[in-house]
Amino acid sequence: MTPSATIEKTTCYHCGNDCLTPEYFVEEKQFCCLGCKSVFEVLSESKLCNYYSYNDHPGVNRAQTDKRFDYLNEPDIVNQLIDFKDDNITIVTFYIPQIHCSSCLWLLEQLNKMNPAIHYGRVDFLKKQLNVRFNHHHLNLQQLVELLYNIGYEPVISLQDIIKKQNEPAKDNLVQKIAVAGFCFGNVMLLSFPEYFGISVYEQTFKHFFGWINILFALPVVFYSGWGYFISAWQNLRIKVLNIDFPLALGIAVLFIRSVVDVAINNDPGFTDTLCGLVFFLLIGKFIQKKTYYHISFERDYRSFFPVAVNVITDDVEKSLPLSQLQTGQRIIIRHNEIIPADAILLKGNAMVDFSFVTGESIPVHKTWGEIIYAGGRQTGEAIELEVVKSVSQSYLTQLWNNEAFTRQKDGGGKTFNEKVSKYFSIVLLAIAFGSLLFWLPFNAGRGLAAFTAVLIVACPCALALSTPFTMAAALSIFDRNMFYLKNTRVVEHMAAIDTIVMDKTGTITNGDNSNIEFHGNFTGLQKQLIYSTCINSIHPLSRMICEHLGEQKRLPVNSYIELAGRGIIASIGNHHLKIGNSNLVFGHDMESPHITAIYIAIDGINPGYITIKHNYRNGMDNVAALSPVYDMYLLSGDQDHEKKDLLQFFKKPDRLLFNQSPQGKLDFIQSLQVGGKKVMMIGDGLNDSGALKQSDLGIAITDNVNNFSPGSDAIMDGRSFNKLPSFLRFSKDAVNIIHLSFAISLTYNFIGLSYAVSGRLSPLIAAILMPLSTVTIISFTTLATHFAAKKRNLL
Amino acid sequence: MSIIYFLIGCSVLLALIFLAAFLWAQKSGQNDDLYTPSMRILLDDDVNEPINIIGKEIETNTKK
Repeated sequence: MTPSATIEKTTCYHCGNDCLTPEYFVEEKQFCCLGCKSVFEVLSESKLCNYYSYNDHPGVNRAQTDKRFDYLNEPDIVNQLIDFKDDNITIVTFYIPQIHCSSCLWLLEQLNKMNPAIHYGRVDFLKKQLNVRFNHHHLNLQQLVELLYNIGYEPVISLQDIIKKQNEPAKDNLVQKIAVAGFCFGNVMLLSFPEYFGISVYEQTFKHFFGWINILFALPVVFYSGWGYFISAWQNLRIKVLNIDFPLALGIAVLFIRSVVDVAINNDPGFTDTLCGLVFFLLIGKFIQKKTYYHISFERDYRSFFPVAVNVITDDVEKSLPLSQLQTGQRIIIRHNEIIPADAILLKGNAMVDFSFVTGESIPVHKTWGEIIYAGGRQTGEAIELEVVKSVSQSYLTQLWNNEAFTRQKDGGGKTFNEKVSKYFSIVLLAIAFGSLLFWLPFNAGRGLAAFTAVLIVACPCALALSTPFTMAAALSIFDRNMFYLKNTRVVEHMAAIDTIVMDKTGTITNGDNSNIEFHGNFTGLQKQLIYSTCINSIHPLSRMICEHLGEQKRLPVNSYIELAGRGIIASIGNHHLKIGNSNLVFGHDMESPHITAIYIAIDGINPGYITIKHNYRNGMDNVAALSPVYDMYLLSGDQDHEKKDLLQFFKKPDRLLFNQSPQGKLDFIQSLQVGGKKVMMIGDGLNDSGALKQSDLGIAITDNVNNFSPGSDAIMDGRSFNKLPSFLRFSKDAVNIIHLSFAISLTYNFIGLSYAVSGRLSPLIAAILMPLSTVTIISFTTLATHFAAKKRNLL
Repeated sequence: MSIIYFLIGCSVLLALIFLAAFLWAQKSGQNDDLYTPSMRILLDDDVNEPINIIGKEIETNTKK
């Protein structure tokens, strides 16, 4: 009996990809390519095969070309990259994005066993950094990098100081300031207890003693921990701005001066306990704020929050890959209007790249084959193929998004609630303080002075300093979890102020896929190839649907390619001239057509037929349509009004639907609404409405995993979250309400405190209780309320 | 009760020593990376010492 031959799919022992040939076979293990096999051989020679015992297939695929690291011999470059160097040793930190599991950690910390010139290697897993100390007489930097490359952990060498930027938050000595402030706070509180409980007449010397020790403890708090507030307030005063740090600095200064005067002259205990407590809590608030922002930006940098994908070509097959998995050496295809996500070399195609997102220059630049095109440029024209030379930096894209070029002029005009209030707060505070001073002056100068300083002490803008950043950060992270990515915290406030919603049709409320597409007319094989070769260059949803429907066709090289937003494509392939688009483009005039979107085709002047597409609307359209009594809803579309009837069920009134809109027309329409005093939110797919997105008060780009990242938008929404739009809007209103409420709570505390202060009866005990109580109340309120609101809106 | 002066002095001194220790640990980077040590303890010590082939080559080269 002959045993039946079973074909098993073998996977590479190193990286886990499928092995297409049985060629690479060592020690009874199968590998997919020469690279993976080489890494295994290096590791097994050094007896480091424990690498494989911690995880299955821990390696990263190694099918790459040879790399050259000769430039690492240049002393200038070496000096820029290393951290430290003396006669014998050099210390350098590398960023290695391939670090992803415990095997990587283990292997990289065994570097000293691979080469005795290396003293140690230390990994920071979350930052994906490797710190190496080695003897540079026996091993130079180039050899070290080559060793890392050979085991599959090539570092990203960039003179842009990625490492330094990543490590910056750690260098700030906020923790040390908090430690000192906390230390002094604890001690001062303990030494103030006797005063609270009452010191008898016999123990008056202790009162003096405690008072002076407290002043001593207060010194480092004021001049070290709290010094930052003074500097910030002073710098802002010089540019005539009253920000939140001014009343804080004023409070700290007055507390200190009053305490010194009290202890030295009046034999009173002073307010040192309130002083230390205030500084301590403020610094903790700052610390938490920093951690939250770092956490958010960290997630955005390292865990690739943007739903941006890029099309990668492997073995002539195109595959869509999330941006975070893109690696150097991969070949990507970028279509018209897509952003080039990483620095890459142009290999094929006619590249006319628009760098307006990076440089502001909107005239497309022609690039030649072999030239590097930098990340952030947008391709206009036919599809081009590139090879990635530098790995993607999400932080760079985020940076681009927040670039100066895109902060709208409105940002300067519409101040946030925080900024508005802090301006008035300081003025009102000073008014009350001087008022109470003047009131008491005729009667009792001492009491007047006491009242003056007491007012400045008690009025605490803690709500502003603490609640806004806490709430905003919490809101932002909740939105991120629901696949709705906001540019920054200002967007939340803008969202709460919206009263009009304008939507684009194609790609926004219609699904990018899942539509009924029908070809009318007889198309020959060649015509199908021509249509396919033209439409494959476009990321417009209609073109993608056509290509998907036509399936695998031979792709012919395109001579010229022009895509007109909202109208269609004009291209020439070989001797053929094609026009694909709406009837205006193809025929020159509007046509009577059935009640479905129709795409007309003209090849060399003749019309072989046309294509009709019946759209499916996105999931949750009903939900969104239910917003209409509260918000004014409009629809703008570049199409003709075929689907008017279907859309009426969502938009109710026919005058809310506008068809045949050009991109400029959309922009003008939004402008007209804004002139009428409306706050407009625009939802589009970022393709032909980027101008409108920028013009609106809040622009949301909705995306279905396609690379149409549009920096002019304020928020990116994944198509799957579209049905949550009403919840998002209500939640943003909740967040703003929470901030207002916490401010009201703070006002209550301030009111109570001020009523004691103005009458000159403020004792240290009362101040010491009020201030931490208000801080803790506000912090816990904002945190709990935000969570509660999120749960109520089903976002958590 | 005047012993309190001495007691307070001693305890403040002790507390200052602890503060100094904390600041020293903070400066030497103890709190920079809080995640990786949790992974590191799960890794085993090697039973066999790995042979360094590359190291031997360098030694023979430098001897020349």
